[in-house]
Amino acid sequence: MEIAYFPGCTLKTTAKSFETSALAIAGSLGIDIKELPEWTCCGTVYSLAEDDLMKQLGPVRTLARAEGLGYTVLTTLCSMCYNTLVQAKQFVTKDPVRLQKINTFMEEEPDFTGVVEIKHFITLLQETGEEKIKEAVKNDLAGRKIACYYGCLLLRPREAAIDDCEQPEVLEQLMQWLGADPVFFPYQVECCGSYMTAVKPDIVARRAYRILENARENGAEAVITSCPLCSFNLKERQKDIKAIYPGFKDMPVYYFTEIMSEALGITKTVENS
Amino acid sequence: MRVTLKQNNEILRKIEEISGENVFACYQCGKCSAGCPMVAEMDLLPNQIIRFLQIGAGEAVLEKRTIWLCASCFTCAARCPKGVNLAKLMEGVRATILRQSNSDQVAPPEMVKKPLPQIALISAMRKFTC
Ligand code: SF4
Ligand code: SF4
Repeated sequence: MEIAYFPGCTLKTTAKSFETSALAIAGSLGIDIKELPEWTCCGTVYSLAEDDLMKQLGPVRTLARAEGLGYTVLTTLCSMCYNTLVQAKQFVTKDPVRLQKINTFMEEEPDFTGVVEIKHFITLLQETGEEKIKEAVKNDLAGRKIACYYGCLLLRPREAAIDDCEQPEVLEQLMQWLGADPVFFPYQVECCGSYMTAVKPDIVARRAYRILENARENGAEAVITSCPLCSFNLKERQKDIKAIYPGFKDMPVYYFTEIMSEALGITKTVENS
Repeated sequence: MRVTLKQNNEILRKIEEISGENVFACYQCGKCSAGCPMVAEMDLLPNQIIRFLQIGAGEAVLEKRTIWLCASCFTCAARCPKGVNLAKLMEGVRATILRQSNSDQVAPPEMVKKPLPQIALISAMRKFTC
């Protein structure tokens, strides 16, 4: 069954390697995903204002287009897109009056009904299953100690979570299938500071420091994520961390698909670009 | 901390309307503040924001830094034993201020000048500009 793929803005720029590696993985595992011919920015953060339907237009328009093309499942890579799409769908479909209002406003689009299911790419990999993924492994990641960082938006709020919101294990499970050794990592669900990076980068640097040091204390040699904003905060803010904590040593941060494509033999070794 | 309370239930009504949350569901256990990643930077604890709203001190809440330091991480919402979504209340306060003042809390030229991914800029603009 073909699945619609919604990339979101950042996957086309700073997170290009996330998209490239994920599409290669999908191709090699036979997960049939196809980018939507037309999509708009989801808004990146779900609007929490109940009285402002305009802010839901971005995500809902994309969902309506996917439904119009006959898709019943849509996937995304970015945690923020995932969360925004899921929460927007829940909000709009919860109330028939709201749904009708938004459909009337977007009269040029096919009606949105809510049938399209939003699944994060991690969920698609989970559904592909242990056996198939293990079979596809070419370069076993044996001995690689990986800290799986989930951040906020794959897990919270509960209604949007892809796994248990306090003790998730989907990424650890995936890393184990690839032969890697996921480490105990209590800070894996702690927020990195998110959009504060645009206004208070020092706060984000301090958050990132605690998260990365917690990974290191538990023996990790690298941290993986599925969010382009977490990735930026944990990776690019390392320069700011050094200004605050001079003894800080670099910690590699990868998208989970970069590590995975290495294991599947698609790329040689991942670069911490 | 010393505050002068000016009773104002109009602000509470607005915040509840925007957020769809009921502040009186909160029984002040403090779990939200215990897990908040931004708490060290805040001038009023997240549970105190709710307490102030409960006692009609909404005006004092509008002046605090706390609401602009909230990163909408939903940790409080996921952990609240009473099912209060404090992240939504925080947005309710931010929206009340942005709409009333009709001016940006942090205007785009005041944001970080070094290159940022779109995702950072768009989300910051959604939270800090009107
Ligand atoms: S966790 Fe919930 S009930 Fe407890 S203080 Fe926070 S909002 Fe109130
Ligand atoms: S959503 Fe805001 S108040 Fe709640 S835990 Fe996160 S930063 Fe703190």
